[in-house]
Amino acid sequence: MLRLEGVRKAFGDHVVLDGIDLEVESGEIVCLIGASGSGKSTLLRCIDLLEIIDDGEMHLAELDLADPAADPDKVRARIGMVFQSYNLFPHLTVLQNLTIGPRRVHGTSKSEANRRAHELLDRLGLAAKAHAYPDSLSGGQQQRVALVRAISMDPELLLLDEITSALDPLLVAEVLDLLRDLKAEGRTIIMATHEMDFARECADRIVFLANGQIVESGPPEQLFTAARDPRTAAFLARNS
Amino acid sequence: MSLPAPSARQVERDRWRRKRHLRRFAVGAISCIVVLGLSVWLITSAPGWPRFREVFFSWDHAKASFPAIRDAFWLNVRLFMTVEALVLPLALLVAVVRIYPSPALAPFKAMATVYTDVFRGIPTILVVMLIGFGFPALGLAGIPTSLFWLGVISLTLSYGAYVAEVMRAGLMSIHPTQWAAGRALGLTYPQTLHRVILPQAIRNVTPPLMNDFISLQKDTALVSTIGLVEALRAASVYQAQTFNVTSLTVAACFFIVVTIPLARFTDWLTIRQLSRQGGN
Repeated sequence: MLRLEGVRKAFGDHVVLDGIDLEVESGEIVCLIGASGSGKSTLLRCIDLLEIIDDGEMHLAELDLADPAADPDKVRARIGMVFQSYNLFPHLTVLQNLTIGPRRVHGTSKSEANRRAHELLDRLGLAAKAHAYPDSLSGGQQQRVALVRAISMDPELLLLDEITSALDPLLVAEVLDLLRDLKAEGRTIIMATHEMDFARECADRIVFLANGQIVESGPPEQLFTAARDPRTAAFLARNS
Repeated sequence: MSLPAPSARQVERDRWRRKRHLRRFAVGAISCIVVLGLSVWLITSAPGWPRFREVFFSWDHAKASFPAIRDAFWLNVRLFMTVEALVLPLALLVAVVRIYPSPALAPFKAMATVYTDVFRGIPTILVVMLIGFGFPALGLAGIPTSLFWLGVISLTLSYGAYVAEVMRAGLMSIHPTQWAAGRALGLTYPQTLHRVILPQAIRNVTPPLMNDFISLQKDTALVSTIGLVEALRAASVYQAQTFNVTSLTVAACFFIVVTIPLARFTDWLTIRQLSRQGGN
């Protein structure tokens, strides 16, 4: 459903993405791993059109993402993105955070949006927090709400940018549990992550990036036990 | 590392973007020409326009009144420069006294609170008149009798109260963790205030501060009420002799010309601050 070919991005002289080819099938969970600065975040930001690529092809199903005439708002209505720093709206309650997208972008009625939001909060075990403001939630709770906010738009593709990096281990577990649920639902997810154990357990495919290039990609077991490239093996040995 | 040549598709996309850029520029230009042209045409074709132009924008009256207003405006400039220099330390002192948690300062905190409440509550023109007419009537030794300094005192008292509140808001806007971090390093309360909190607070309040200064520059015209011949007074003298308000327009232009640099400076500061925080 997502197809990238020869995607390039440079900031000034600094080449961040150096010809990325990647295909993601519907229902697949792809984990991007690699050192800081390897281009994981930039790749996700390019797919969400937060950065304009310098060259290459990007297609989401039939939609040409690289076409400068593509309306970023329409693209982002189909793609969900969650950041490391939650970015919940602090002036809105949890419930309002979850309903603003469906109501303002999709035009869902207030009662319907509220009903869905309550359903999602029930599943998270956060029903009691519906009318709380984000600042009164723990980091793990905030990040789960942020994830659910992205899901409330029912996106075809979910981009997760190191969403557990700012959380302590106990809270990371909360968020990863939610991700397992999403996998079971058959969501399509691309996530940049440092959680090697989670990647090994849940990813359908792991993509290892270095210096803006895909060094190696394949099923977790293959990468973890029989990496073809010595750089992959070295990175995995250091990080797991 | 040299970049590879762009693909044909990319060349086409770049061309499309350049075209869109030109199109957007053209739309902006055409919109400006149409709207501004229409406004000018509507105004100048109105039946009252010739009369309006003669009363407000007579070139001859502008030329004739210009030298007197220019000379008088120098007084406004000296006034606001002096007052701005005095307001900053006064306001800072009042703001710091109001937030400083020391019981020994209690009477001064009360005084600072009363001062801001009172002087923010009184119309500036009333402060100018109270001090400008009241102080000389006291006839006490040591109280300045020069109208200029009476004007300086009244504007400083009035604006000191406003600016003190701006600064206090700035000090309180700094997140408590900054206080904690300073104290945790072993800095004392005054050291934390001076080295950590104040520099951040001043940056935050610069735009509203500049706004108050622009307001102050205009309010220097209020000293005309106690008989100082500044730009407004000079202009109205001319207007009273000729029954033409062009001289007032000229005075207005002087005030606009000195506030514009400050307004642009404020914009620039705000943008710089945003770009520093945003990181790009």
